[in-house]
Amino acid sequence: MDDTIVAISTALGVGAISIVRMSGNNCIEIANKVFKGTDLTKVDSHTIHYGKIVVDEEIIDEVLVTIMKSPKTYTTENIVEINCHGGISTTKKIVEILLLNGARLAEKGEFTKRAFLNGRIDLTQSEAVMDLIESKTNKERNLAINNLQGNLLKKIEKLRNEIKDLISHIEVNIDYPEYYDIEIMTEEKTKKIVEKQIKELKELIKESEDHEIIKTGIKTIIIGRPNVGKSSILNSLLEYEKAIVTDIEGTTRDIVEGNISLEGIALNIIDTAGIRKTEDKVEKIGVNKSLSLIEEADLILVVLNGNEKLTKEDKEIIEKTKEKTSIIVINKNDLPKNIETEKLSNRITIETNTTTANGINPLKEKIKELFNLDKIESKKNTYLTNTRQISLAKKSLKSLEEAKKSLEKEEVLDMVEIDLKEAFDNLGKIIGIDYSDEIIDNLFQNFCVGK
Amino acid sequence: MEYEIIVIGGGHAGCEASLAAARKNHKTLLITGNIKNIADMPCNPSIGGPAKGIIVREIDALGGEMAKNADKAILQIKLLNTKKGPAVQALRAQVDKVDYPREMLKTLKNTKNLDILEGIVEHLIIEENKIKGVILENGKEIKTEALILTTGTYLKSTILIGSEKKSEGPHGEKPSKYLSDDLRKLGFTILRLKTGTPPRLDKNTIDFTETTEETGDNIYHTFSFDNKKNYDIESQVKCHLIYTTKETHEIIKKNLEKSSMYGGYVEGVGPRYCPSIEDKVVRFSDKERHQLFLEPESIDSTSKDYGNTIYIQGFSTSMPYDVQEKMLKSLPGMKNVKILKYAYAIEYDAIDPRQLKPSLETKKIENLFTAGQINGTSGYEEAAGQGLIAGINASLKLENKEPLILKRNEAYIGVLIDDLITKGIKDPYRMLTSRAEYRLLLRNDNADIRLTEYGYKIGLIKEDRYDLFKKKQQKIEKLFKLLKENKITPTKETNKYLKQINTSILKDSITLYDLLKRPEVKIEHLTYFIDIPFNEEEKEYAEINIRYEGYIKKANHDVEKMLQLENKKIPENINYQKIKNLASEAREKLEKIRPTSLGQASRISGVNPADIGVLMVYLKRNEKND
Repeated sequence: MDDTIVAISTALGVGAISIVRMSGNNCIEIANKVFKGTDLTKVDSHTIHYGKIVVDEEIIDEVLVTIMKSPKTYTTENIVEINCHGGISTTKKIVEILLLNGARLAEKGEFTKRAFLNGRIDLTQSEAVMDLIESKTNKERNLAINNLQGNLLKKIEKLRNEIKDLISHIEVNIDYPEYYDIEIMTEEKTKKIVEKQIKELKELIKESEDHEIIKTGIKTIIIGRPNVGKSSILNSLLEYEKAIVTDIEGTTRDIVEGNISLEGIALNIIDTAGIRKTEDKVEKIGVNKSLSLIEEADLILVVLNGNEKLTKEDKEIIEKTKEKTSIIVINKNDLPKNIETEKLSNRITIETNTTTANGINPLKEKIKELFNLDKIESKKNTYLTNTRQISLAKKSLKSLEEAKKSLEKEEVLDMVEIDLKEAFDNLGKIIGIDYSDEIIDNLFQNFCVGK
Repeated sequence: MEYEIIVIGGGHAGCEASLAAARKNHKTLLITGNIKNIADMPCNPSIGGPAKGIIVREIDALGGEMAKNADKAILQIKLLNTKKGPAVQALRAQVDKVDYPREMLKTLKNTKNLDILEGIVEHLIIEENKIKGVILENGKEIKTEALILTTGTYLKSTILIGSEKKSEGPHGEKPSKYLSDDLRKLGFTILRLKTGTPPRLDKNTIDFTETTEETGDNIYHTFSFDNKKNYDIESQVKCHLIYTTKETHEIIKKNLEKSSMYGGYVEGVGPRYCPSIEDKVVRFSDKERHQLFLEPESIDSTSKDYGNTIYIQGFSTSMPYDVQEKMLKSLPGMKNVKILKYAYAIEYDAIDPRQLKPSLETKKIENLFTAGQINGTSGYEEAAGQGLIAGINASLKLENKEPLILKRNEAYIGVLIDDLITKGIKDPYRMLTSRAEYRLLLRNDNADIRLTEYGYKIGLIKEDRYDLFKKKQQKIEKLFKLLKENKITPTKETNKYLKQINTSILKDSITLYDLLKRPEVKIEHLTYFIDIPFNEEEKEYAEINIRYEGYIKKANHDVEKMLQLENKKIPENINYQKIKNLASEAREKLEKIRPTSLGQASRISGVNPADIGVLMVYLKRNEKND
């Protein structure tokens, strides 16, 4: 029971800040692995710390982390609460990162259950705790599986069956070493299968993440110094699609300015400090304010005026956006070109204008290309739909990659199998299978052994 | 007559059970149908194999007899799976079917507090759900405080050959006709199981030039940690390998309906891992041939039963005599073969093992224990392991002590018993390495490290052996320290040597301990740098534990998680009907199996994590109420 559990503890989409809560003996270490700022393992209990969640040098979000040490906490275990500012997808991502670093997704009512088991909650409340757990028994247990679509179910089953065959084959070699007619599953053959599995699972995860984009839309900001034509581009995109322009309060704190449908995928254009209100105001606020939004966006459109040379401000924006998915939009290509395009050579660049009918088309095409929108469309049916499933798939992938590494180090098969089994178990959890004798059944079905 | 403990059945389970009870100073009686058949090996002439060999080592570490006795009767021995990793290595020996039972009988006869009686038990005497004694076929009553049933295949056994059905046990012995009815009347669920054995052939009528030789290892092995070597490497006997032919398969297909199995004469459920040759031909019809091992049963040519006999492994069948004859003659080198004993299938009664506690005491009748085939297992080793535990726990019960319950991370024997009592069986249960989730911890090399303390505490491991064990532990500690304290530096000479043994050269200095973590470095290589005055056993143990440190840590971490649930005990009198939030399937299963811990409950199929959560909260609440 003292594994570390994690969950988003605020209702998603409500309020500007969401809180990710972890409980368990290792939660401080887990948080510390992905937190850049103070060393969380050395801070006092009940203190709050500012810093960033960073993975592979990529900043995911700026956060405030609250450390509460056992026993004076809700569950009496160590608790870490992360206040995230990045909106729904960032919050989910943070949970996913914590899952990959050793936490487990909390079941419904699990924080309360722990609080009770550790003596924090009064006896009278225990009925309520049981009801909380029970709702899972009766309804939610099958929900995750029912949510899976046919294609995905088949795909996971296929991957899982392949690993099952591989494991039973290794097992039969171990338990029946003197059956010379049974092919020996060598390291080489195992590696081939594992590599194929890794490739397929990666594709599946990618599709699922693409699907997240389908569901939540591409968070897009348009950025540029004043008077380069940002708002004309926005208006062109909107007009072109004849989309309804509304003020939609998004699921995050961001105010979505416009909601454009591109090949059926929403392009959520974020208000970069109130473009719609007055043109003047934008100019006053200037570039710096917009820069803070860069981190949160899936796509950045950097608008430059092709008719003018690059200014200091332009260069600053170009520099600041170089690590992000971005398109340099050289606007006003209907006017004489004065911009030094050679300085943009390593960036994705397109030219547009908002005065002719099709002037904005190159931008649309580029966005579609960049997000593989055509491809997403065709594969729409095979994706994992929630954090739990994606994190299990990622865990399986991690195990398979470990297995591959061991094979490369020429480790004995029995050790390689430990990782294969982990991958097998996690794939099973995605589709709700937890049957321990399956491999043995498979072994006797597939191989002719016995005295 | 009156005894503290009676054991019924002199097979491998019965021998261990009665020895353990007597050695723990309880007045013990072993009742067997025929003294001649004590510790008999009615099927294959071998002991050990993957997982099973490790069970034999565990029996030895706990103070049982099988390993020591097998070491006195070795014809050929091998360490299997040497290239597949340390966790799956296991010993398998061809064992002399005359020597093995003779040596075991000698040991039984020389054991204080142990009497042996020939007879067939037909009824149990029970008062207030507690065992009081037994009644023999001849009506004689014997009183006892505890009873261990190790009846093997002798409960209502029926031998089947083709359409012929005989009510007898192996070797034509008399079965117990009514004992399983008694158990049924007491409320036990009785299962009908089936197993089989291949024909025995006259060695002198086989042309071995048409076979391939199989030899033993050319280094010494022993099952027991006593390391007493009783055989000569050079004179190990050979086994021989042949394959079935097209003709064999045709004969089988043509005569399928004549076999007991396909003719519909069998009611019992046979083991999946022990298919008859007709099963193999039918189920794996794409296979052109099946391999068969010819294994000698004894080198004592004067023996009436086993002298000059060859066991033909892989050829179990329930075909009638004439078809068996034809099938055998279609095999290479068997044109003139003489059959000494025909293959047969045997059906017998067993109990549903979910009616047992982890101590192997039955839940229904106090002080009644069962072990071996009666619990639905198959195999000499599985039987012996249970017999030992039943013997120990019957004794501990009479001594008012807590039973010995080995956990899944401690021993294959623990896995075996937990599987039986938690999951039950559909076909006879054979131990496989894949049944153990922590098999990296349950190795051949560390059985003594895992279990000697238990054996000593119980009193079956004596001082001298325990002292040796303690010394071994200390030496291992010293060896670890030596490897940790000695560093090598990247000198020219060092790197030249490392290159020579195909491992990467050093840039910084490194301890020998860390160097040994490299898969290509063996502990022998380290003698280039430093003197390592330790024996093979100690070095092997260190090498495995250092090389696989990461994997072992991971396994130990999983064990810790498992133990947290395991240590949460469920009271015996729990009323599942009162826990309203349980799913109905879970409630039904829990009611039936009545697990002793949350850990065991979590392994019952149909009991979900949410049910365990509910149970956990319920137990906590009750604890608070009290």
